Amino acid sequence: MADILLQLNNISVVYSDVIQVLKGVSLSVTRGHIVSLLGSNGAGKTTTLKAISGLLKPENGEVTDGNIIYAGVNIQNQAPEFITRKGIIQVLEGRQPFKYLTIEENLRVGTATRPGKPYKEDLEMVYRYFPALVKRRKALAGYCSGGELQMLVIGRALMAHPQLLMLDEPSLGLAPLVVQEIFHIIKKINEEHGTTIVLVEQNANMALQVAHYGYVMENGKIVMEGTSGELSDNPDVKEFYLGMAASGMAKSYKDVKSYRRRKRWL
Amino acid sequence: MKKISFHPCGNYRETYAEELAIFDTWFGRISLIVFLALLFVLAPFFLSPYLLYVLNNIGIMAIAAIGLNILIGYTGQISLGHGAFFGVGAYAGAILATRLNLPFFVCIPAAGLITAMVGMIFGIPSGRLKGLYLTIATLAGQFIIEYVLIQWESLTKGTMGITLPGPNLLGWNISGDKAFFFLIFICLVAMTWFAVNIMRSKYGRAFIAIRDNDRAAEGMGIPIFKYKLLSFAVSSFYAGFAGALWAYYMVSITTEPFNLGLSVEFIAMVIIGGMGNMPGAIFGATFITLLNELLRFATGAMMNVSWIAGMGLNMAPLREFVFGLAIVLFILIEPKGIAELWRIVRSSFRLWPFSY
Amino acid sequence: MDFFLQLLVNGVCVGLLYGISAMGFVMIFKASSVLNFAHGELLALGAFIFLSLVTWGKIPVVAAFLLTLAGCFLLGFVIERFFLRPLIGEKLIFVIMLTVGLAAMFKGLILLIWGGNLHTYPEFLPPSLEMQLGSIYIAPVYSATLVISIVFLILFGLFFKKSSQGIFMRSVADNQKAALSLGVHVRRVFALSWAIAAMVACMSGIVLGIINGVNVHDLSAIGLKVFPVVILGGLDSIGGAIIGGIIIGLLETFTGGYLSPSLRDVVPYIVLVVILMVKPYGLFGLVEIERV
Repeated sequence: MADILLQLNNISVVYSDVIQVLKGVSLSVTRGHIVSLLGSNGAGKTTTLKAISGLLKPENGEVTDGNIIYAGVNIQNQAPEFITRKGIIQVLEGRQPFKYLTIEENLRVGTATRPGKPYKEDLEMVYRYFPALVKRRKALAGYCSGGELQMLVIGRALMAHPQLLMLDEPSLGLAPLVVQEIFHIIKKINEEHGTTIVLVEQNANMALQVAHYGYVMENGKIVMEGTSGELSDNPDVKEFYLGMAASGMAKSYKDVKSYRRRKRWL
Repeated sequence: MKKISFHPCGNYRETYAEELAIFDTWFGRISLIVFLALLFVLAPFFLSPYLLYVLNNIGIMAIAAIGLNILIGYTGQISLGHGAFFGVGAYAGAILATRLNLPFFVCIPAAGLITAMVGMIFGIPSGRLKGLYLTIATLAGQFIIEYVLIQWESLTKGTMGITLPGPNLLGWNISGDKAFFFLIFICLVAMTWFAVNIMRSKYGRAFIAIRDNDRAAEGMGIPIFKYKLLSFAVSSFYAGFAGALWAYYMVSITTEPFNLGLSVEFIAMVIIGGMGNMPGAIFGATFITLLNELLRFATGAMMNVSWIAGMGLNMAPLREFVFGLAIVLFILIEPKGIAELWRIVRSSFRLWPFSY
Repeated sequence: MDFFLQLLVNGVCVGLLYGISAMGFVMIFKASSVLNFAHGELLALGAFIFLSLVTWGKIPVVAAFLLTLAGCFLLGFVIERFFLRPLIGEKLIFVIMLTVGLAAMFKGLILLIWGGNLHTYPEFLPPSLEMQLGSIYIAPVYSATLVISIVFLILFGLFFKKSSQGIFMRSVADNQKAALSLGVHVRRVFALSWAIAAMVACMSGIVLGIINGVNVHDLSAIGLKVFPVVILGGLDSIGGAIIGGIIIGLLETFTGGYLSPSLRDVVPYIVLVVILMVKPYGLFGLVEIERV
């Protein structure tokens, strides 16, 4: 087996001491791979990412069981300052720019994990990946479009030189062409920098195209895993996440009754 | 209505009347009555005049603190002008008594009403301002009222102050700590009763709704501006009432005590007592007044100890320091206030020896 | 006309001073949404430490100034660490009350150590700072104020626009969660904002001390004057604090000069309420977007 960068062993996450969201999730991420995490709303994908990046604490959540091992170190329930300095950067869902900072200042915040180091080259690198940002560099982020903002937040994360980049729904609310461009860039980042990427997506089709490996989550559990090829050939995934009936035709409502029955992992 | 003898271990209320009841059990009601009876029978005859004076001060401050609790604890509007409203009440009472020669039982409620009007005027910004901005607007109110009290000499005699006639009830002259004890504590009981009952009414529920989420309250059809003004009015009525009582008790008043420090002390009472909790306001008033007196006593005693006096240090500032420290520690250790401590103590007694 | 111009100049100078004192206040508010009622006492503390160093310690003025700044910087750290941090996430009013308690503590402490009398600094400003523009006379202190406030404005501008720490601070104020996700040390930012605020406060305390003499009661009263200044400018705008300061300074000197000296402390508040009724978030404050 190739070397494992991140390993989650049977973790469970509880919010406010009462609401259990993750019920024993185990997954492993191979160094240099893109791993995608699929599932419907409320499946626990975002919570999984937050458990890794340490952002549960401000939301009163906690990893109560299991452990998270990153590069041989236990990191569950650590402060985000610590985890980000180890090289794990999460890009939050729904594009959270600093609205009153300019694009360039936004990018500079990305250097927080290594303050005092030169950052000019990194800026150039980000602008090379996202040429659209160059002409907006002095504009306030609050006035930029959704596509530009998504590029901004990915670029901002790249400024931190992440070992492991976690992207939470980068395609949310974007036009199909923009989505394609973003995924293209994600692939490029992975290939050129060797950055390991965990990708949380609703858009299973796009995600499986770029990913090496995938996990499917439901109700706080991992219900299926496999390489992208295996997953996209799986009839269940095809039906429920890729929106195709077994025969390859668009699904008809006649089969609606079989819908739940066919989800045999539930 | 059904009255149970023990606290239920869960919420078993079946009717709205039960939900609204002030006392869950007979025991609670009886113990309050016994406490009040003991207070009225024993306190005036067994306490030294100084202690009685402190107790009277506590009573007056408690009335004002209950008023502020309605505004801060129940309606969620932080006001830094309560001390000034207290002063408005004191002056209104004094002016009505000296200029119009009205008897005290007219003066004091009238002073409350006048203060309520003033409070409503300074509550107008609450229609547009929220949170900290409103707090600062009431701070402006504090300074404006202070200025008016000092500068409107034809009415308030400025820094000279006003001396009040002794209150007189059907030929009985109320004077001295003992007589005032009865006056003040009867008022306190009546005012507490009134406040507790406001909170059980439609108005009280509207206040609480505004505190918890004013936008949502508006969506539910509560005219929030009207209710915010009402809350300001009720709270300043309490301040004015207490102020007028205080004026009678002190006999002569000047503008000096009604400064920002007093406003801050009132807020401290509400917070330390426990926000949104009626007995809490009384606890808070007791705590702050006692702390003040205790520190005054302690610094006085230290000045008499020869070696400290010999150091040439002025001990008076120590009082301020300890006062601040007490507030800071209280907030750091038990932000929910004395009312919460009281609840913990009570329930551990109730459940003893099986605390789980 | 000369009288008018003289008042104008004085007003702007006093206002700039208010503006600088308010800047520290705004920094704390921007980073952690805390309304600091102990600001005036911080001013006083700075002024008194400087006084002790200069008169009793016989330390050269420049060294004493720098030492005081460093001391207050540390003090800010300590305050944040021991008093504010345990309250992160508590209701606003508790934090406000805590700073009120802190204010009483500091005031008691200052009175205990230095007493309530008026102290003055020895003369140390070079007389060459005296300015005479036509008929308008600018006292050396005022021109020093002018210089200091402009220097600090530029420094602050550079700090927030160019330096990494400044940008991190703004990012925390803007979107705390996103800042956390990028590894910004949020607690350190809070501590730093208190430290810088305390430092600026003590610096303005020293300047105020040069102008009016050093007295606890006067200096802590300035802490209250900061409120109309920052509210007028909008609680979260540093430029607004300066403009608010100038407006309040002008209002004060003009009411003092033309109406009556007793009104000068009240008029700013009256104007404040009127302005707030028209613009509920101050002149330059960010309008909060509220959703139920």
